[in-house]
Amino acid sequence: MRVEKHPILGDDKRERDASIVVDGKKVSAVTGEPIAAALLAAGIRKFRVTPRFGNPRGLFCGIGRCTDCVMTVDGRPNVRTCVTPVKDGMIVETQVGFGKWADEP
Amino acid sequence: MKTTQVAVIGAGPAGLAAAIEVARVGGKVTVIDENAKPGGQLFKQIHKFFGSKEHRAGVRGFHIGEQLLAETRRLDVEVLLDSPVYALFPDMTVGYVHDQKEVCLKAEKIIIAAGAAENALAFPGSTLPGVMGAGAAQTMINVHRVLPGKKVLMIGSGNVGLIVSYQLMQAGADVVALIEAAPQIGGYGVHAAKIRRAGVPIYVSHTVKKVLGEQQVESVEIVELDSQWQPVAGSEKILTVDTVCIAVGLTPLTELAWLMGCEFVFVSSLGGHVPKHNRNMETTVPGVYIAGDISGVEEASTAMEEGRLAGTACAEALGLLDREGARELKALIWDRMHALRTGPFGEGRRKAKDQLIGLSMGGQA
Repeated sequence: MRVEKHPILGDDKRERDASIVVDGKKVSAVTGEPIAAALLAAGIRKFRVTPRFGNPRGLFCGIGRCTDCVMTVDGRPNVRTCVTPVKDGMIVETQVGFGKWADEP
Repeated sequence: MKTTQVAVIGAGPAGLAAAIEVARVGGKVTVIDENAKPGGQLFKQIHKFFGSKEHRAGVRGFHIGEQLLAETRRLDVEVLLDSPVYALFPDMTVGYVHDQKEVCLKAEKIIIAAGAAENALAFPGSTLPGVMGAGAAQTMINVHRVLPGKKVLMIGSGNVGLIVSYQLMQAGADVVALIEAAPQIGGYGVHAAKIRRAGVPIYVSHTVKKVLGEQQVESVEIVELDSQWQPVAGSEKILTVDTVCIAVGLTPLTELAWLMGCEFVFVSSLGGHVPKHNRNMETTVPGVYIAGDISGVEEASTAMEEGRLAGTACAEALGLLDREGARELKALIWDRMHALRTGPFGEGRRKAKDQLIGLSMGGQA
């Protein structure tokens, strides 16, 4: 959910000028915002599952330190979504375990 | 190889303030930061700062960030973004990565202003999506304008927990409760009163027993603690929430100072291991300075003053400022710093910092 109106910061006037694909579904986003922000705005909270037990993980620290929010982005695994800016057309995938490179067998 | 006179690691309040002091007297300074935007954590602080007028009390954090950025632009300070620093080498070379390429920058002086990271708290369910640092939630609502959840439990009643609770409400979330393990509220009474007036119950002597949920947070079980910090049987309560925010302190980000071989001391009230440093903010490694939360977790206002100290000391060491001029500037900064470190919270920090500097200088604080 987006914070459209705010008593201190005013209205959010940014345009949803980007569109990313998350696990095959289109999600509208703002160019330059972190991927994690676009996902939370769309109600997506589970970003990856752990290698051994398959437990769900999502955003934790939000400043690029804890790596809990890593996903596979444009075929690259382990991308920290909380500090990686959205670009139009990005392909974002829920990461399973350590993930795989696009060209990995 | 790329060269500079002063390399500053971190473009938050401490790093930018340090760079401004060096640039002001004509020094060549390069600020390096891993984020896409400068300002560190200032832009998520939408509350008014405390302190005196010269500390811009009453000014909101993000406005102070805008002023710092305007000053760095006016002085033409080089700020390298999207550039995580991965190492410092003994010959004063800074290694960083930009655009997936490794770059080396040779400096005469290095100021590490890497900041701090939030502490985690382990409990059953603490890894479920929806459990997050209070600072992470604050970043999402105030910087990125996204609500991380609708019904929130806040853990920790220090100023971060109190302020972020209020800001979550300003952003439209429902803060169901705030819990605190200690028998009293940790932060300023004025912040606590604000969220109480808004109807948020504050449970002191309470902790989280577990977070329940399959794929994300669905509810949380809290429990009362007795005077021995043991759970009181039968006092459990289940609260329906989708988000649990953790505000239980911060730890200085000291990795680069460890790499450089700086000597450390452990000061619990400053957040853990902190590099020893003198009144110029210089560590035990000559030419390597620190400023801001890495030297002990405090506030943005003190971080900026420490940055100014480190920047002024570097400028002096490089011969950009004469001894007398530097002495006067540093005395003014120390006066302001002492003014910030007063009151029930500041006093404790001042004592801890004085002790740290005393230890670092062999007892001659």
